[in-house]
Amino acid sequence: MSAETAPRTMNHLTEASYAPPKARFWGCEYIPVERQLLHSFLSNKLVLGALGMLFFLLACAIFAYWVAPVDPLEQTLRARLKPPIWDERGMSPYYLGTDRLGRDVLSNIIYGLRISLLVGFISVGISLVMGLTLGLTAGYKRGFWETIIMRAVDVQLSLPLIMIALCFMVIFGQGLGKMIIVLAITGWAEYARTVRGTVLSIREKEYVESAHALGFGPWTIMIKYLLINAITPVLILSSVQVPRVIMLEATLSFLGLGVPVTTPSIGLAIARGYQVLFSGSWWASIFPGLALMLLVACINIFADWLRDALEPRSREQV
Amino acid sequence: MGIYLLRRLYQAILVLLVVSGIVFVILHISGDPLALLMPQDAPPSDIEEMRRSLGLDKPLIVQYGLFLKNAAQGNLGVSYHHGQPALRLVLERLPASLELVVTTILISLILAVPIGVLAASRRGTTVDRASLLGSLIGISAPPFWIGIVFILIFSVELQWLPSSGRGTWAHLILPAGSLALYRLALFIRLIRAGMLDIMTMDFIRTARSKGVSEQKVIYKHALKNTLIPFVTIAGMQMGSLLAGAIVTEKVFAWPGMGRLFLEAIGVMDFPVIIAWALVTSTIFLTVNLAVDIIYVWLDPRIRHEK
Repeated sequence: MSAETAPRTMNHLTEASYAPPKARFWGCEYIPVERQLLHSFLSNKLVLGALGMLFFLLACAIFAYWVAPVDPLEQTLRARLKPPIWDERGMSPYYLGTDRLGRDVLSNIIYGLRISLLVGFISVGISLVMGLTLGLTAGYKRGFWETIIMRAVDVQLSLPLIMIALCFMVIFGQGLGKMIIVLAITGWAEYARTVRGTVLSIREKEYVESAHALGFGPWTIMIKYLLINAITPVLILSSVQVPRVIMLEATLSFLGLGVPVTTPSIGLAIARGYQVLFSGSWWASIFPGLALMLLVACINIFADWLRDALEPRSREQV
Repeated sequence: MGIYLLRRLYQAILVLLVVSGIVFVILHISGDPLALLMPQDAPPSDIEEMRRSLGLDKPLIVQYGLFLKNAAQGNLGVSYHHGQPALRLVLERLPASLELVVTTILISLILAVPIGVLAASRRGTTVDRASLLGSLIGISAPPFWIGIVFILIFSVELQWLPSSGRGTWAHLILPAGSLALYRLALFIRLIRAGMLDIMTMDFIRTARSKGVSEQKVIYKHALKNTLIPFVTIAGMQMGSLLAGAIVTEKVFAWPGMGRLFLEAIGVMDFPVIIAWALVTSTIFLTVNLAVDIIYVWLDPRIRHEK
């Protein structure tokens, strides 16, 4: 027993006497461990809150039919430009007021978030599959195929994202499906570059070579050995890509180049609200924007946390 | 270094060729230009004559060559709507857009550097937390919506600043401010993260152990090294702002290139759309090339490489 306690005491002593010198940050002492823990706990609480909010918004979007008070496209002429319910001129089912044609703002937000999430996740999913396949094969096969793909990536990444999206929407015209495809096209290049980079860094490793020696086919090696290692960077990229695409969708729709006017969309709702802004009807544009900001902020909090958790040593690349 | 820059130049030219190629194909799948140029009751012989005189009867690849030749001479066609050279129309609007973009970048840089440094040097304090929260809001809010909020507060409620048009400094504040918010937030995050990263490096410890004052460690050693990679990001943001400012130009009725582009879309004025795309990508590529040169010049590790 004494043999057990003695080294522990010794250890304790040596640890105390050889504690690393405290680092100093510009006038401030090195932040003590308990403060760091507290900070981490607090930020985790933020992440938990954001995640909870995200699920709430997701549930509202999925069950929009039951959650929304009225049909978002229903125009009620006697309820045009009604202020929110807490205003004395507010009307009962229109909790956040109505727009110029008597459409309910809250219902438009709920259905609009559905479109935002739909566009965000589906188009990021498509660009993920596209970029993953092209990046994986480019990094594995090398040669001419790699040159072509990486040149295309270079070209696309050296142009402003919004410009590419705008030009494609001008050619193809409005439409939900078209927009999902256009946004997918604008996003594939970063996936291809990320995946290829990962593949290049591990394709010469011994265990990949041993897989070659064991006679595995190229697809087995690509999927079971190379793709597995690309999951973390791809996950981190996706968490940044989804809010970016959601924002781009709202922007395109605001400009009238996104979804058709008969689709309830946040961008369109803000555009309609903007038209009546100067008549004092602020609610029609402010609330949809707030909802979008809430959604994007929640995803961003989650994305930050995910990156820190998966790549603690990485430089923050926003 | 010379080879590196040459490669970048070659790449920029390649991108412009691809953009012009895509744009050219768009022009040709978007419909017969003669249908827009000629009156509807023109006899077929006249249409054929016009087609020959415009070179539209030649194979597509020859036409592309002609298009490139004209483009190199600054001729991107005549606007269907305004009847003036498309390139001139776009370039006339360029100063207004540049004014907005440069002001935006200046506002974001001037505010972001001190806030980012302060947040990084007081990590974990209320200042840091507030800057993180603020920048989270900044990167999550759509810029056009921020513009609407600004109009509501400063134009409609307080009536301090004009909500549309261009001319005085007062006109510039709201559009540039609303555009700057996102970049400001982005820059704060990048500078803070860069500073925190640099502060753990060996040369900072060396500087401290030499007895260099903390102030000097922060501003001379850490900030300088943080800002070098930051130049690239700030430059790229400047290029993408030129395209991204479209929404803000719409919200504030700012007479820039973006508004011209939106008007051109409304009337399907393809030469103007093409001219806008080419001018925007040329500027974007030029800025990026300039940023690369500055980066090489700033970083001795690359400068002295053979």
